[in-house]
Amino acid sequence: MSALLRHRLFWPGVVLAGLLLLNVLMTRNFLAIEIKDGHLYGSLVDIARFGAPLILVALGMTLVIATGGIDLSVGSVVAIAGALACLRIGDLNDQNSVGGVLAAVGISLGLAVLLGGWNGFLVAGAGIQPIIATLILMVAGRGLAQLISDGQIITINSGPYKLIGGGYWLTLPFGIIVVLVVLALTAFLTRRLALGLLIEAVGGNAEASRLSGIRARGLLVTVYAFCGLCAGIAGLMISSNVSSADGNNAGLWIELDAILAVVIGGTSLAGGRFSLGGTVLGALIIQTLTTTIYSIGVPPETTLLFKALVVTVVCLLQSPAFRAKVFHRRRRPSASSTASEGKVKVPA
Amino acid sequence: MTTPVGAASLTRRLPVPRKYIPVLVTACLFAAMFVAGGIRYEGFATGQIILNVFIDNAFLLVVAVGMTFVILTGGIDLSVGSVVALSTMISASLLPAWPAPAVMVLVPAIGALLGLAMGAIIHYFEIQPFIVTLAGMFLARGLCYTIGTDSVSITDPAFTAFAQTRVDLVADMWVSPSVLIAVLVVLVAAYVLHYTPFGRRVYAVGGSEQSALLMGLPVARTKIAVYTISGFCSALGGLLLSFYMLSGYGLHAVGMELDAIAAVVIGGTLLTGGSGYLFGTVLGVLVLGLIQTVISFEGTLSSWWTKIFIGLLLFTFIVLQRLIAGRGKQ
Amino acid sequence: MSAPAPILRMSGIGKQFPGVQALDGVDFRLLPGEIHALIGENGAGKSTLIKVLTGVHDIDAGEIELAGRKVVFASPLAAQQAGISTVYQEINLCANLPVAENIFIGREPRRLGRIHWKEMRRRAAELLTRLEIDIDVSAPLSSYSLAVQQMVAIARAVDIDARVLILDEPTSSLDAGEVAQLFRVMRRLRDEGIAILFVSHFLDQLYEISDRMTILRNGRLVGEYLTAELPQVELVAKMIGRELADLERLEGRPYAGEGKSAPLLEARGLGRAGMIEPFTLGIGEGEVVGLAGLLGSGRTEIARLLFGADHAGQGSVWIDGEQVGLRSPRAAVRHRIAFCPENRRAEGLIPGLTVRENLILALQAARGWTRPIPRSKQEELVEKYITALNIRPADPDQVIKNLSGGNQQKVMLARWLILQPRLLILDEPTRGIDVGAKAEIQRLVTELSDGGMAVLFISAELEEVLRLSHRVGVLRDRRLIAELDNDDDLTTGDLMETIASGAAS
Repeated sequence: MSALLRHRLFWPGVVLAGLLLLNVLMTRNFLAIEIKDGHLYGSLVDIARFGAPLILVALGMTLVIATGGIDLSVGSVVAIAGALACLRIGDLNDQNSVGGVLAAVGISLGLAVLLGGWNGFLVAGAGIQPIIATLILMVAGRGLAQLISDGQIITINSGPYKLIGGGYWLTLPFGIIVVLVVLALTAFLTRRLALGLLIEAVGGNAEASRLSGIRARGLLVTVYAFCGLCAGIAGLMISSNVSSADGNNAGLWIELDAILAVVIGGTSLAGGRFSLGGTVLGALIIQTLTTTIYSIGVPPETTLLFKALVVTVVCLLQSPAFRAKVFHRRRRPSASSTASEGKVKVPA
Repeated sequence: MTTPVGAASLTRRLPVPRKYIPVLVTACLFAAMFVAGGIRYEGFATGQIILNVFIDNAFLLVVAVGMTFVILTGGIDLSVGSVVALSTMISASLLPAWPAPAVMVLVPAIGALLGLAMGAIIHYFEIQPFIVTLAGMFLARGLCYTIGTDSVSITDPAFTAFAQTRVDLVADMWVSPSVLIAVLVVLVAAYVLHYTPFGRRVYAVGGSEQSALLMGLPVARTKIAVYTISGFCSALGGLLLSFYMLSGYGLHAVGMELDAIAAVVIGGTLLTGGSGYLFGTVLGVLVLGLIQTVISFEGTLSSWWTKIFIGLLLFTFIVLQRLIAGRGKQ
Repeated sequence: MSAPAPILRMSGIGKQFPGVQALDGVDFRLLPGEIHALIGENGAGKSTLIKVLTGVHDIDAGEIELAGRKVVFASPLAAQQAGISTVYQEINLCANLPVAENIFIGREPRRLGRIHWKEMRRRAAELLTRLEIDIDVSAPLSSYSLAVQQMVAIARAVDIDARVLILDEPTSSLDAGEVAQLFRVMRRLRDEGIAILFVSHFLDQLYEISDRMTILRNGRLVGEYLTAELPQVELVAKMIGRELADLERLEGRPYAGEGKSAPLLEARGLGRAGMIEPFTLGIGEGEVVGLAGLLGSGRTEIARLLFGADHAGQGSVWIDGEQVGLRSPRAAVRHRIAFCPENRRAEGLIPGLTVRENLILALQAARGWTRPIPRSKQEELVEKYITALNIRPADPDQVIKNLSGGNQQKVMLARWLILQPRLLILDEPTRGIDVGAKAEIQRLVTELSDGGMAVLFISAELEEVLRLSHRVGVLRDRRLIAELDNDDDLTTGDLMETIASGAAS
């Protein structure tokens, strides 16, 4: 039991369960899932489907944060990937040609990887702080996206492209399948292969990693490029869902939600240990929160207030200084404060 | 026998002190843009063009002043855009009932209070400024939408007077009252940074928080104060924006935090803290404004080029800073 | 010769950190107008004593008297205000600010409420002239050398009306001329009546500048001596002390390596300015070469150069008679060199990872992330080394920061042993760990070298070096001054004499 309580996914899990329970109480048939026309429908499916882009971006962000970095540019990459794909598809003679769509998808994902790699180069090669290095692309990327789409909202009408964000495959929404595939791929790269260990080592103690013979430079470029790829896929998904690309608004502030999801999932912003499962839970919590606010009739505008609350609470609970100050206040002058450190267990 | 130790290092000094280089580069950039614009477009090289940049960006200038304080200590404040929007919203919704002077006092006070709270959390609970001000950003934006989701127009006579008054200067040139307020804020802030112990502490904390502590400086008060100042400046910028727009809206000033950060960085302030000048920030805002002016004069260039140019400038200045910092260490 | 009343008297000082008694009943006194050296190896309690004195830490036992009055300092600021100023080795000033401001910040001269810059610069220049420094005080501190920065720090301390000036390793990054200037300034301040507490690892400097010495060892007071009356050899003996060896008695370990033509690894004229003078050193297969010398003598620097952790400014490294480039730790690992750094916490452990992950890290790094070590293989390796090195608790999934220092050290060793290195560099592998683990690590070193591995063994404990090494390199003031074969005649006394005298005996 106490092992369960201390499990890193316990508290995020409780929060998600609580949110879902609230929905069950407020909304009839919330848990109902049915198959209509060979497609899976239901509120839970919707949460997963609408949350898919965020989960993707947050997965890439998890790895970046685990190296001790951060990537502010993912929102811009989302917009760029969507814009480029829609531009290419819009230029096709036959927008429904699978080959043409695949080529467009390939090119935009390639660009996304390149942009991520650029961030990685600035961080690892030029030695610029991650928050500053990725700020550049965050600002310029929005302009690039609009440059690609010529400032217009590109609308397309392509069946194959629509599949990515809005279609179904094997009764499941295609977006959910993409998320599962990327999640499996990430888990494979990090946990079956040794990428995860090396990332956690670099994020946990960069100098010790160097002295153990780890070459951080290539690793960082790989991780940032992967983060770019994830953002690119999310960008395709978002633009496909509405069959259009909006360089200005697509993926706006998704970097902040993604960082939030990672933090809620228990990965420390200082780097080191990361949890993919936690990140998925975190992203689902954010999406469920949004859905809940709609369904229980609170004005949707207040979503941001709840988010502010969640960020504050989660970060305070993760802050050692907060725990020390709030939970130890009563017996401050005692010399034995370090000895009793272990007695107070704080949920985090 | 006694050779002064400093002599050897003196010979290696540059003709211009290293610390002024970024500001100088920005100044040259601004001058070059102005001259190039004057050659290329008719009616560009006038004083009023520069004054117009001030008029259109007075609120950004005030916000960037607050951001300069925060960045000088090595922090960052993501909440400024949202606090600006919140200020326009509070002004617009209170004005029908409240007298204008009361609103003009209350709004900056609310901003300062928000900043104070964020600064306290950052310092006492040792949470990264990035995250705390992110929460502040959500909070302020959320409060906007809670007050109202639509744009609320302002009809208060005092506010409209601020919006429409032209303050004539020499030779047919004019500015808005907002510009005068912004200039006053800049002058006061520059005085504080250069001539008061508090201002010098801001630089000391940004240089090395650890050293500042060991030198016996009140680090806690300084750090909390800069976020309070930033909150105050954002709210004041919000007031200026409501003069400019004559409306309150939750979607005002979306992304303004990025413009403010960009202006500060382009103005030569180190994002890692400890080095930079308010004059640079003014130049940074002017450069951003002039880019927009050039693009509007160009006609065929679309507005998104602004963002790409700002991104390029950011890149250039960050690399420049990196090179200067790297050279300084040797 | 009647001594004046001490300005500062600390008596019976005790300070405990979790698991460590850092200071135990230490007495210390400081007379006005003297330069008093505080001496001891790492972990002797020097820095703790200074931190207790300057209000960084509070004390668990004992009391401090300043000018006859009992005092308790709650913060460095309080100590400063009472007249105790400290200049640390890593200069605690703001390099981004002008020189003048670094001296006066917090106490700026004001006029009409605003900072009076002209007055500040005038006073700063005046103050620095007293310290024989003539520089532009409006330039940022970062534009000057460390020596100048040090002087600025001293100027700040002196201007705060210091009665006690603490200089914590002020000379470690200065060249000879700069040291001479610092010493002139110190003598002048002493003659003005200031009591100076001086910490340094350079024996020559201690003898040149100090009037009196206090020696600490393992958190206890060894004694207070007049410098003129304490020969260097005795000083070294008192610093290092004689610990009760829990192993068999010392004996020489003649190298069994049959006269090979080329050693396994040879450094020729390897060096780096400011770190270590060029040195030449060879290590053969199965040979243990010990490095003896006091802290700061260049022991660690040699290790780091041989592992590629720092770039050598000059010289070359030869392995099996071929010149190799050791540009990075990665390159060194490829040549099968391994290195356990002195500072486990900062440079060795990944604190948040488990024993298993820490153990396989170097092997995984060498293989690259695309070629994971199969789980079964991992478990087999981890199991093997946990048993072989007796790592406790024997739980591979325990997070390593929860292990004791000795067991952490064993994990660090195991991390490299997995790679079966040809040369193993151990920098203070037995420091700060319990006696049992220490003996186990010593035995392991012997076994490994018997198995053909070359070991470079660095330790502050001369007995340990003698017990394990075939050959001992002696360092002093960043120079390799002697290489001694460890035959039956070599004693710790010989080593001490070599360190103290600076020449091979």
